[in-house]
Amino acid sequence: MAKKLLTVFFALFVLFLYGPMLAIFTLSLQGPDGALTFPVRSFGFYWLGQVFQEQRVGSFVESFQRSFWLGLLVVAIAIVVSVMASMAFRARFRGALALFYLTISSLVVPGVLISLGIGITFQVLSIQTNWFTSGLGAHLTWTVPFAFLIMLGVFNRFNPYYEEAARDLGAGDVQTFREVVLPLIFPSLIGIALLGFTLSYDEFIRTSLVSGQYNTLPLEIFGMTTNVTSPALYALGTLTTLFSVTLIAAGFGAYKFFSR
Amino acid sequence: MYRTWKALQPYALATPQAIIFLMFLVFPIVMIVVVSFWQFNGYAMTPAFSFDNYINVFTSQVSLSTYINTFKYVALVWGTCLAIALPIAYYLTFCIECESIRVLLFLICTIPFWTSNIIRMISWIPLLGREGLVNQLLLNLNIVQTPVEWFLYSDFAIVLGMVHLYNFFMIAPVFNSMMRIDRTLITAARDMGASSFDVLKEIILPLTAPGIAIGSIFVVTLTMGEYVTVRLMGGGQSASVGKLISTQIGSLQYPLAAANAVILLLITLVLVTGILRVVDIRKEL
Repeated sequence: MAKKLLTVFFALFVLFLYGPMLAIFTLSLQGPDGALTFPVRSFGFYWLGQVFQEQRVGSFVESFQRSFWLGLLVVAIAIVVSVMASMAFRARFRGALALFYLTISSLVVPGVLISLGIGITFQVLSIQTNWFTSGLGAHLTWTVPFAFLIMLGVFNRFNPYYEEAARDLGAGDVQTFREVVLPLIFPSLIGIALLGFTLSYDEFIRTSLVSGQYNTLPLEIFGMTTNVTSPALYALGTLTTLFSVTLIAAGFGAYKFFSR
Repeated sequence: MYRTWKALQPYALATPQAIIFLMFLVFPIVMIVVVSFWQFNGYAMTPAFSFDNYINVFTSQVSLSTYINTFKYVALVWGTCLAIALPIAYYLTFCIECESIRVLLFLICTIPFWTSNIIRMISWIPLLGREGLVNQLLLNLNIVQTPVEWFLYSDFAIVLGMVHLYNFFMIAPVFNSMMRIDRTLITAARDMGASSFDVLKEIILPLTAPGIAIGSIFVVTLTMGEYVTVRLMGGGQSASVGKLISTQIGSLQYPLAAANAVILLLITLVLVTGILRVVDIRKEL
């Protein structure tokens, strides 16, 4: 009995999660006479095409490119930095606890403070804010902690005898890392890359005050919510969601492949 | 030579991460605190030491009611997220026997959290708006005679939107804690004659507490400074501290925004420390 009730609850929850998104997917597949609300008037791909027409909905393509490159940059830095730091945490060192709490507090501080803080800092220092400088820094405060926590977990389960064996066979630090440690942690790095990229790609609040002259994709979409009143907005939502889902599927596939 | 390198190695490895957080977390927050004591005159801010900004915050009726409003959102969102997370995590952990189905169902819960928050917000419009699907349904069924207005652009919509955005941050840690519970404990309790309710109260809830604490920290800090949902789902009528800050920045009142940010940070820290006092989460890490 309880199980049946819980199954119903779970089903309702999934409906709650997906219902709204299914609504905009449906509404973005309309002809030119489509509107922002149901019923669907005609079926077509008109609005999906409109997304790429610059004059109608702003520069979606360019802001997508910015978000894409920023995401890659964020992922690259987050991986390198978090792998280094989590390796350091395997040995005892002074200040380890402080660094740990610093990393955690980066997750706990409300995003608007990061945005405001970096914005003010750049202003006081008279440096122009830009998506690839201040924006990058803001994104790192959100992605590095996640990457670091995942890596801590990975190294907790890591068997140090493999490294010792490699050293006994005469491998140096670099060689041990490249030929023993890296292949073993590689699947987790894919996980971090995937998580880090989507965290950065979808980040709004931390970016909102520090992106400078050119918007990232979420900022562009936010801007459109106030002045675009056509299903093109939904079409944009459908496309970026499709992009994210494809990315997760690909990353998940790669993870499965490499962890075999 | 090798010895010293071994000893210095952890420091060298940890330095980049320390630099990133010093540059983009610690220094900016120090700057916020400094600027919150500065003066501004409508055009520019000038370095000074004045409590004017704080006095302004604490004496303004608008900002006080904004803070109360924010607490209201945080409490409602936190309570709702917890009320959803407990049964969902319980269902996944104890009602689903097959491991691969459990993973699949959990993945179904995660996928929406990989897409843009703003997209997930605007996707409520065709459902809850004046001419939205829900209103059309209610009108056709003759449950209401005129469209219900408070579905969208209201406090209800704001809380609904935030719960939609952040419930996963509660579900994941609660689920993680529940999965770690030793099943033999439950069997033993049942053998001793415990009812399902006893098992829930004496075993599952206490052992899930660290997960609830971690989830609560996430949900509280995420909703505390939130302003996108407040803006999109509140339709300009409602306010939260995050939105207040962003409005003040919009009108270049940086010192005032900074003072609000400092207060927001202090409140968040108090809440987080409070949660950590109640539950020891170190065991989870």
